[in-house]
Amino acid sequence: MERLNIKVNGKDYELQVKPWATLLDVIREEIGLTGTKEGCGEGECGACTVIMDGMAVNSCIVLAMEANNREVITIEGLAEGDRLHPIQEAFLEKGGMQCGFCTPGMIMSTKVLLDGNKNPTDEEIRKALEGNFCRCTGYTKIFESVKAAAEKMRGEI
Amino acid sequence: MAIFYRRLPKFRYVSPKTVEEALDFLGNHKNKAKVMAGGTDLIPQLKSREIPPPEYVVDIKGIQGLEGISYDGSTFRIGALCTINRIGNSDVIQSHFPSIVQAAQSMASPQVRNRGTFGGNICNGVPSADSAPPLLTLSAEVTIKGPGGERVIPLERFFTGPKKTSLEGDELLIDISIPKPEKGSRGVYLKLSPRHSMDLAIVGVAAWGTYLDGVCTDIKIGLGAVAPTPMRAIKAEGLIKGQKVTPDVIEEAARVAGSECSPIDDFRASAEYRRDMVYILTKRALNRIFS
Ligand SMILES: Cc1cc2nc3c(=O)[nH]c(=O)nc-3n(C[C@H](O)[C@H](O)[C@H](O)COP(=O)(O)OP(=O)(O)OC[C@H]3O[C@@H](n4cnc5c(N)ncnc54)[C@H](O)[C@@H]3O)c2cc1C
Ligand code: FES
Ligand code: FES
Repeated sequence: MERLNIKVNGKDYELQVKPWATLLDVIREEIGLTGTKEGCGEGECGACTVIMDGMAVNSCIVLAMEANNREVITIEGLAEGDRLHPIQEAFLEKGGMQCGFCTPGMIMSTKVLLDGNKNPTDEEIRKALEGNFCRCTGYTKIFESVKAAAEKMRGEI
Repeated sequence: MAIFYRRLPKFRYVSPKTVEEALDFLGNHKNKAKVMAGGTDLIPQLKSREIPPPEYVVDIKGIQGLEGISYDGSTFRIGALCTINRIGNSDVIQSHFPSIVQAAQSMASPQVRNRGTFGGNICNGVPSADSAPPLLTLSAEVTIKGPGGERVIPLERFFTGPKKTSLEGDELLIDISIPKPEKGSRGVYLKLSPRHSMDLAIVGVAAWGTYLDGVCTDIKIGLGAVAPTPMRAIKAEGLIKGQKVTPDVIEEAARVAGSECSPIDDFRASAEYRRDMVYILTKRALNRIFS
């Protein structure tokens, strides 16, 4: 076992983890945050996307030990109490989900985009979400949700 | 289809802090340890049991000083730990080597580009590695350190076969170096893949050249996914270099590029289609740089 020090959604954890555990395994099974999903398990679908030190990563192909002394944000880290994050509100209002399996990953990729770029172009939105697959929506509503989230975060709606 | 396991096989994890420490560890655990940079090739390969599980995974990301891009007035260096994203967003690389930026931005997804490295891309050694064709046209060299010291070899000699390189199990790639380009030279990388994003190349073509008063003074063409290793189209280059560039010359060179590669049929595309696409993309690439 290895000792892992990790900050998740602002809270410090000191855990004993298997060296071959992925970050996804630890987030879901040790820390118990099951909002982050496992789709493909091999970096293709983006369902497991979390933010590590400000960057979107596929937690299914990052070892837990690679997150040692790092800060991770998962979908659970966005809302403040009962108050949803503007990106979450926008996805709800625009219907940016059907089954919802891809949604946590979509929202984390959207957060990284909008934290760095308040007014992304259509092309920049598509590029930022290119690693997140959705088998239900056909993407149009997701795209609209991201645009609405950007407007909300700029204080326009 | 191979079975895909959700769990990784068991291994131990080490994270050396210096090149020397990493080399010592690799030297003492030859054939038992596997180097990991971004892990975007290695971790899926371990999950699918495509490669035998090593006793140790040696995570080299803790080594300082290998993550940057530097320039000393004659040579650009991309450190082995420099991420694809950093390369794709680098103003220095964009202004001198746009074909490298085009390759970086064509790869995978933001999530993978945030972790994956050019070093890992070439050490993994697949014929479709997107960084390889542009690097080959830029006369890139690789610096390798091992128990016997340091060696520098041209990238062309680094690739030895599909998923095979001249790297030994106790060696580390340190950086990729690229000589300062000739003034006025131009380059391009064109990637053919069914999807825009998240897809490997069916064919990748890079070209780099200089052009003076209508005459080609230098040209290099790099091809990906159409031979056991990424390759140069030397015969095609020979038809253009020193010649006045005309549509006929470009046409002939593109045809020769299509015939000097040796693609295979696989589930992504047939060999015949790949040859045709090498012809088309080479023509397109040459027209771009000589226009
Ligand atoms: C979803 C997905 C999409 C992808 N799309 C593309 C694509 O479009 N184009 C493309 O070319 N690739 C693609 N890849 C493959 C991969 O992301 C790239 O090859 C990447 O550049 C690998 O870099 P890495 O640092 O993650 O390598 P790692 O996985 O860390 O290492 C790869 C290999 O190189 C060795 N190695 C790495 N660094 C060193 C070093 N410094 N010294 C010695 N050995 C070393 C490792 O031992 C291992 O065998 C994709 C992968 C995924 C998961
Ligand atoms: S589950 Fe990680 S990318 Fe699909
Ligand atoms: S909503 Fe079902 S996968 Fe996207």
